[in-house]
Formats: sequence, C-alpha cells, structure tokens
Amino acid sequence: MAEADTGTAGKKEIPILPFLRLGEKAGDAAYLFGSKCTSCGATYLGSRMACSKCCSTDPMEDIRLSDHGELHVFSIVHQSAPGIPTPYVAAIVDLPEGVSVRCNIEGVEPDPKNLKFGMPVEMYTEKVHTDSDGNDIIAFKFRPVNGK
Amino acid sequence: MRDVAIVGVSMIKFGRYPEKQVHELGAQAALLALKDAGVTMKDIEIMTSGNLYQASAMVGQRILREIGQTGIPVINVANACATGSTAFREAYMSIGSGAYDTALAVGSEQMGKMGLLGGGGGGGGGGISPEGIVGSGLMPAVFGQAGAEHMRKYGTTQEHFAKIAVKNHKHSIHNPYAQYQVEMSLEDVMNARVIAWPNTLYMCCPTGDGAAAAVLMSMEKAKQYTTTPIKVAASVLTSDPWSQRDLTLPDVNTLTRNAAKEAYETAGIEPDDLDLVELHDCFATAELLHYENLGLCGEGEAGRMIDEGETTIGGRIPVAPSGGLLSKGHPLGATGVANICEVVWHLRGQAGDRQVEGAKVGLAHVIGLGSACTINVMQK
Ligand SMILES: [Zn+2]
Repeated sequence: MAEADTGTAGKKEIPILPFLRLGEKAGDAAYLFGSKCTSCGATYLGSRMACSKCCSTDPMEDIRLSDHGELHVFSIVHQSAPGIPTPYVAAIVDLPEGVSVRCNIEGVEPDPKNLKFGMPVEMYTEKVHTDSDGNDIIAFKFRPVNGK
Repeated sequence: MRDVAIVGVSMIKFGRYPEKQVHELGAQAALLALKDAGVTMKDIEIMTSGNLYQASAMVGQRILREIGQTGIPVINVANACATGSTAFREAYMSIGSGAYDTALAVGSEQMGKMGLLGGGGGGGGGGISPEGIVGSGLMPAVFGQAGAEHMRKYGTTQEHFAKIAVKNHKHSIHNPYAQYQVEMSLEDVMNARVIAWPNTLYMCCPTGDGAAAAVLMSMEKAKQYTTTPIKVAASVLTSDPWSQRDLTLPDVNTLTRNAAKEAYETAGIEPDDLDLVELHDCFATAELLHYENLGLCGEGEAGRMIDEGETTIGGRIPVAPSGGLLSKGHPLGATGVANICEVVWHLRGQAGDRQVEGAKVGLAHVIGLGSACTINVMQK
C-alpha cells in the first residue's frame, strides 16, 4: 500500500471495483466485502438493495470476505476487445463465504495445463493504472497458493 | 390461450450487408414472409420487431415505412440474443390472447465487425474498464467457463466440444442461407487458434448481418390461408432465477431447464417426441450443455451423445440441421426468428438437402446472456 499522503497533492488510491476495500491507513490489508441476507443467509459480492434469492428487503449484514478461495472454473482468453492484452486466465473463484468472484489468475503461464479445477488460490492487490488526476487505480487479482 | 399457427416464414442469407441499412434487411425478410403466407401488409394487425444494436431507432416502424404504413401497433423489442425470439413470442401472445388475428414478427440486425465482444463487465473506478484485469464478462470467456464447468463435473474434453463444431459445419454445406458453408475436420477445428479456451475460432459463431420474419395467425384464420399451418405448441420466455454463482458466472443452464420444462408441459410432449432442434450454439460449449438442459439426454451424457453422432442429421435427434449459429451466423435480433423459420421449413418438408425426414415436431431455443431464454415448440 502506498503511504496515505506523501505530498503529491490529493493523490489517492481508488479501487477498480466498489466491492474492493482498501485499507484506510498504511499497512491495512485490502479486502473484498460482501453482504449477507439476514433472512435466508444468501451471500453476495458487494452491497445490495435487497436479496435476489428470497426477496427480503431487510438490511443486509456487511461481511468481510476471505482472501483465500478455490478455483471453480477458468477460460484462457486469447482474443478480447481492442486494447486488452492477451492471453490471460479469466477465472471464477469460490470464496468460503459462499460468494463467487470473477478475476484474473496471475503467477502462472496462461495454459490449461498449469491450472486445476479446485486448486487453492489467494488474493492480492496491485496498481493497474494511474488516472488523469494522478490517482492510483488498484485492482485485486488471485494467484495459486505456493505454486500448488 | 387459443391456438396460434405460423403461416409464413422467411430469412435472408446471413452475412455482411454494409451497403444496406438494417431496416432494409428487415423489410426484405418481411416481404418474403408475407408472400410465403399469401397476405399483404393490409392483412397484418400488429407487428413486433426485434433488434438489439439499434434498439432506440424504431426499427419496426422504419420497416413499415418501406413495406406499408397502415397505422397498426408496432412493438420494438430488445432482449440480448433472445431479441428476435422474444419479438416472435410477443406476436404469439397478441394472437393467443385473442386480441389480434394476424401478426408479423421481424428480427433484424447489422453487427458490422463489433460482434460478440459487446456487453462487457461494467465500468470501473478511475474510468478504467475492469475487463481483462478483473476476469472477463465478455461472451467468449463466459461460454468458455460454462464449458469448463461441464469438464470439471463430467470429464468432458475439448474434443467433445470440437465435435459439435464439426457436426454443425458439416450440416451447413446444405444450407444456402448460412453465412459459412465450409466442412471442417476435427483437426481443422482443434488446431484453429484459441479464442477463449476451450473454444477455438471454429467453435465460435461468426458475427454478421441478417433478418428473418414470420407471419402468425389464429389457427382458425390460418386454415383459410393454408392447408399446412404449423402450430405453435408452446412459446415460453424465462429469465435467470437466483442461483449461487449467477451474478458472477451467468447461469445459462437453469433458465433453459425451466423454459424446457414449461414448454414440454404446455405442448404435451416429451423430449423423445422431438424430431429436430435448433438451439443456441453461440459457442460449441453451449450446444453441449443444452443437450442436457433440454433433456435430449441424461445428466452427464452429452459427451457420449456427440461421440455417437446422435445429433447429426440421420441420428436419433438432429440438432442444428441449419448448421447452427456456428455456421449460419448470429445477427442477434434475427437469430431467434431464423431458428423458428428453419424448424418450420423442416416441418413443411421444404429444407432441401438438409431435410430431417418425416419431421413432425421441432423445438427452437435461444438464450440471451444476462439472461433471457425462449423456447418455441412447433408442430405439424
Ligand atoms: Zn434472502
């Protein structure tokens, strides 16, 4: 994590998606947050207006999601929209809270032989872009745990 | 709901028509369908028009400016890849409900080279798209992942998916309306460049332009116009119900299963009664999943089904005799109506060298990601 303020006036870290929470002060770990329906227990990535499983409109419980999960499935994307570098591993990772997250798997060559359904993966964050105001855009990614 | 029949159908060859405007393609298909039905625009009481990329452009009314402005109600429909079939269903509902006796449904699309990469994962912070940084919401990856789920569950292989493409490309050589009519070997398909694993280039449908149309009437009225009305035995539309991963990896299975169950019940048939199926093979992986979703085989048996050639013309239940979206093309708004058109041609015995002999009952299935699923069952 970058330091909170290094004199670069107003320079901030901005999460690429709203369900990624960055630490408020230096050293805090970033994490994904979700919400849990207090009526039926369904869990979701990010915040929600109501529960799409049971239709309850009771307030949702805010939950902090684990940074470890397992690789549900993946595709290796070799052709994408203009300007998007390929190839890369586009994956769905299941987190223990019952939430799935769409993500890139990094740290392995993008080849099916390097990936196994169900393999343990862990989340990390990195700067992926600097916007026109000089803010750092931070993304989350996943990688295999200990090269397993 | 009273009985509804299809009296006229048509499509234009899918491909690229950069010199035309989209409503001209639609008008061309509409005129052919009216002619096939033996009616004119003066006989049509309501029109539905499916178009996705120009959904705000009043394509239906623009079509009528070309072929006949009689002041009838026009409904413009957008529902992702199920756009055309949803327009068809609106026409069906208009008649089935008893409100109208004659309807025209048109699907048209002009995609240029944009294609299936449209409709990404939404905007991100700082004005940068998360696409390709935080996974992919684009169709090639989604349908790659959906195929991978079947691999994970049942040990299905990339070769199984490739065989689907081989079959559909083989069927296409007898379909003059198909964008591509090129037979390919398993090696050709497997060795083509990968678009999004496990789908290679020839396992992805091409993008293009096209149009298709259908004239529908109440069964009572249809009998005044034709001795071979094709009954719409069921016309079902579903959206995705809640499922565990749906918000992350669009669930293309559950809503198809729900639609199939309702369609079979309404039509009073079993999957075994079907003589042919046109389904939404936007990618080879998708077709294999839908064998099970539509109940054409048992759970986990789709790989065996393609291995044993059961879905080839001449097999137990021919799927995509038209060549499917993989060869015929997939101009989004036109696709659903074209699938219905193909089924009607088979039931009438007009499908030429790709005819499924003796076809009496056919099913047309479309799925639009996001998600919408239509199933129409047609009966001779
Ligand atoms: Zn709930």
